[in-house]
Amino acid sequence: MSGDTRNITVTINGKTYKEEVEVRFTLADFMRQQLGLTGTHLGCEHGVCGACTILFDGLSARSCLMLAVQADGHEILTVEGIAPSADELHPLQEAFRDNHGLQCGFCTPGMLTTLIEFLRDNPDPTEQEVRIGISGNLCRCTGYQGIVAAALDAAKRLRDAK
Amino acid sequence: MKPPPFHYHDPETVSDAVGLLSRLENPKLLAGGQSLMPMLNMRYVLPDNVIDLNKITALSYLREENGALMAGAMTRQRDLEFSDVVAKRHPLIKEAILNVGHRQTRNRGTVGGSLCHLDPSAEIPTVALALDATVTVAGPKGNRDIAMADFPAGYMTPAIEPDELLIGIRIPAWPQGHGHGFVEFSRRHGDFAIASAAALLEEDANGKITRASLTIGGVSKVPTRMRDVEKALVGQIASEDVFRAACEECRKMDALEDVHAPANYRQHLATVMSRRALMAAHGRVGGRA
Ligand code: FES
Ligand code: FES
Repeated sequence: MSGDTRNITVTINGKTYKEEVEVRFTLADFMRQQLGLTGTHLGCEHGVCGACTILFDGLSARSCLMLAVQADGHEILTVEGIAPSADELHPLQEAFRDNHGLQCGFCTPGMLTTLIEFLRDNPDPTEQEVRIGISGNLCRCTGYQGIVAAALDAAKRLRDAK
Repeated sequence: MKPPPFHYHDPETVSDAVGLLSRLENPKLLAGGQSLMPMLNMRYVLPDNVIDLNKITALSYLREENGALMAGAMTRQRDLEFSDVVAKRHPLIKEAILNVGHRQTRNRGTVGGSLCHLDPSAEIPTVALALDATVTVAGPKGNRDIAMADFPAGYMTPAIEPDELLIGIRIPAWPQGHGHGFVEFSRRHGDFAIASAAALLEEDANGKITRASLTIGGVSKVPTRMRDVEKALVGQIASEDVFRAACEECRKMDALEDVHAPANYRQHLATVMSRRALMAAHGRVGGRA
């Protein structure tokens, strides 16, 4: 490390990490490069594509637009923490698989984290609401159709499960 | 790793932040990070010191005081989005805030950050100007108030001294029964607006306009109050033709020209966005819609 550093404690997907981090590291780079949590993707690295979306204390945020030091004492959920166990998918992930909600999968981590928050706040959305909900996430493959279908399907699965 | 090396400071009080601001070499204030972080990642800005305001909890509040909305500089845009007071008493802000970036950026982005970054197309400065808001800044000599009308000093430049820090904003409410309208034109939802308009209207029982406010964003270097249009409207019976005629004035605006749109296109959009915002406001006067 070449610049100023700080010691931080951060909980990611239920696991607590104590790390020394360079203060100029973005949260995304810290998770990917220092912790090896490469599930969070980086597309544009300036807040446009949404691939790096995580839940920060339960709220969606772009991890390329935060510094790792800002995560000190906070809780993060990434795509790696969505599934209930190693051999089980979250209903939202199942819906993505069943509705062709992904092709190359690059945008998927950001889509899933964004939709976890969205469906938590709006369990019975309209198609238009889903489209606005994912308007901050770019997908180069699917044309969004499959993603919208997956989100609506997931909403139904999550409602039925209650 | 993208940002250039810098020293990091995270003060917990406004006075500590002001102290750091006057003492440190080439500092930058970090609020919600939704504009500064991209600029750091791309190394457009190379600060020697970053002063992170996120630990100053006293700057994060949203409350009503004597009929005005008081918001802290570090109040998140999402707090406006989900506030009952904003929804009930400041419907213009509510309508505008949904056009600010996306959910993920509103969760972090702050009121003060947007005001100070002062992007010409930013919604928060535009509605703050439309509503005659007053901002408060803190500096080594204490606090002072700046009327929103005097706040933009130039392109993306607020009238704040280098050793001052915006701490809050006071936004007066219009009386119940007023109409509001916020519209913008952008290529995709959440993109920067090429042109936006914020309108407020009060009318008497005969539909005569008694008070009007119109502000255009995205067209000129700074958000612009269209006082001549407002003057032309007061006293007239509201109608689309009246709005159309009055909004022609917007074609004379000193318009930006860039890769997104030539100046004359922005001027044209200014007339159209104004008319639509006024029509929306008119349609909502007296709780009509
Ligand atoms: S990588 Fe963060 S928004 Fe694109
Ligand atoms: S699946 Fe390839 S970018 Fe969305």
